Amino acid sequence: MSATAVRQDTRPRSLPAGHVLRCAADRVRVELLQYVRRSDALVFTFLFPVLLFSIFASAFSAVPPLIEMGGEAVTQPESYLPAMLAAGVFLSGVQNLGVEIAVERNDGTLQRLAATPLPVLSYFLGKVGQLLVTSLVQAGLLLLVATTVFGMALPTEPGRWLTLAWVFLAGLVCFAVLGVAVAQLPRTVASASAVIIPIALVLQFISGIYVPFVALPDWLQTVANLLPLAWVGHGMRAALLPDIARHLEVGGVWDLQTAAIALGGWALVGTVVAAATFRWIKRS
Amino acid sequence: MEQAPAVVVDRLTKRYGARTAVDGVSFEIARGETFALLGPNGAGKSTTVEMLEGFRTPTSGTASVLGVDPARADRAWRSRIGVVLQTTGQAGALTVREVVAHFARIFPDARDVDETIEAVGLTEHAGRRVAKLSGGQQRRVDVALGIIGRPEVLFLDEPTTGFDPQARRAFWDLIRGVAADGTTILLTTHYLEEAEQLADRAGIIAGGRLLALDAVARIGGAAARTPIVRWTDAGGRHEVRTDEPAAVVRAIAGEPADLEVVRPSLEDVYLSLIADTEPEEAAA
Repeated sequence: MSATAVRQDTRPRSLPAGHVLRCAADRVRVELLQYVRRSDALVFTFLFPVLLFSIFASAFSAVPPLIEMGGEAVTQPESYLPAMLAAGVFLSGVQNLGVEIAVERNDGTLQRLAATPLPVLSYFLGKVGQLLVTSLVQAGLLLLVATTVFGMALPTEPGRWLTLAWVFLAGLVCFAVLGVAVAQLPRTVASASAVIIPIALVLQFISGIYVPFVALPDWLQTVANLLPLAWVGHGMRAALLPDIARHLEVGGVWDLQTAAIALGGWALVGTVVAAATFRWIKRS
Repeated sequence: MEQAPAVVVDRLTKRYGARTAVDGVSFEIARGETFALLGPNGAGKSTTVEMLEGFRTPTSGTASVLGVDPARADRAWRSRIGVVLQTTGQAGALTVREVVAHFARIFPDARDVDETIEAVGLTEHAGRRVAKLSGGQQRRVDVALGIIGRPEVLFLDEPTTGFDPQARRAFWDLIRGVAADGTTILLTTHYLEEAEQLADRAGIIAGGRLLALDAVARIGGAAARTPIVRWTDAGGRHEVRTDEPAAVVRAIAGEPADLEVVRPSLEDVYLSLIADTEPEEAAA
């Protein structure tokens, strides 16, 4: 069995320029391909906020408006649009990415990737790319259902759309890195969903996604305001609801400056923590 | 020109608390050589290989693969090695061609995708999802992903466990082809026949210690291969170990029953080596 040829050592000692981005681009493609083929992700992450929004908007269509002032009103169904937009990007990030990465770590997929020249940054960018594409399509679908099925009016001022855009993107980065972080918790494939979904559910309840934020006790508001989801919800409401809706916020004002600081801080700290704690291989 | 060995392992040790998984193992693998690490389950084979793959850090001792300490290896080094893990993830939602093509894009100097699929005998299944393949076929995908990057060193951790005999033979042909290309191969197995079929040299490992290290045909030393003459006569069953079996046979009076001259097989050598370690393991 002696070898007929001995491979000569002619390989370059460094990877080609652009390796990180080339790998990242292919990761995004592969991640999306797997996403659309996984029916559970499609239903429980992708369509879930649209389904919930449709149910809420139908169920609460007859209840009195949350607030009425000077001829303007904020209806309950309207208030669920920013909430479900926030929930959508949150679920796609924290819940879907968290479960996905936890499963990939515990079933050995990550170890197999770790054995290749795939840079960890390319792997992350692949996940963020998947999150960006799926969340954008999801948000578009929500807005489409809100306008066509429920006849809601969307804002016309460019400033509001700008607010929507930066809140969406800042939230996306926060939730992506949080997803990477919570993926460290489950120790087996089977426990991945069981560990992460309750965390995600609790965060949604205390952040004013299902229950109006002002209806929560003060201490819970304080806790929730330390976390990014409440600020994404606040920013989305500021962008999409009539100005009078600010009377339903804490202090009766839109506080986008604090939202920017909170989300920027979470994005920054979260990225550092996720990068520092990320492991390809499960602890043995 | 004499080339440096592809793999150098010197007094490599891995402890987990009080348990020593790998205990002072030393060996070298020349460029282009196929080396088998042979031993029962729990002998320390996988732990050794995982230290060489850079997935575990040695407690003491040193390892070098292609002149690099695997624990400090970078992504460029990973482009020069191939890894087939004992357990691998589920690339379930992707087809064979998709997953092989994806890995081909991660490596800077990859093999042709269709040729590689052909080499592992999966051409007719290239369009099927990996999850739909049989266990043996999925293992072939693992090997395709291990060799797609034209590795200089290929690690195969128990590649044929669970194969039927026919699949194992086909797999051996595949590995012989990879070896013939000049690839250095480190194979772990608990099948003696596999080591005999594929490897130039083998190390026998049990209880974390390397018990024997030699060419497969010589392993265990000359004494372990001394022929045995056995026969039965009026005095009962006789057994003589001798380097001159013919002389022993000539000296036997009459025509004894059950006369046989046997050379210990690799299996006999292996079992006697393993048996020698058992009392110590029991005491530990």
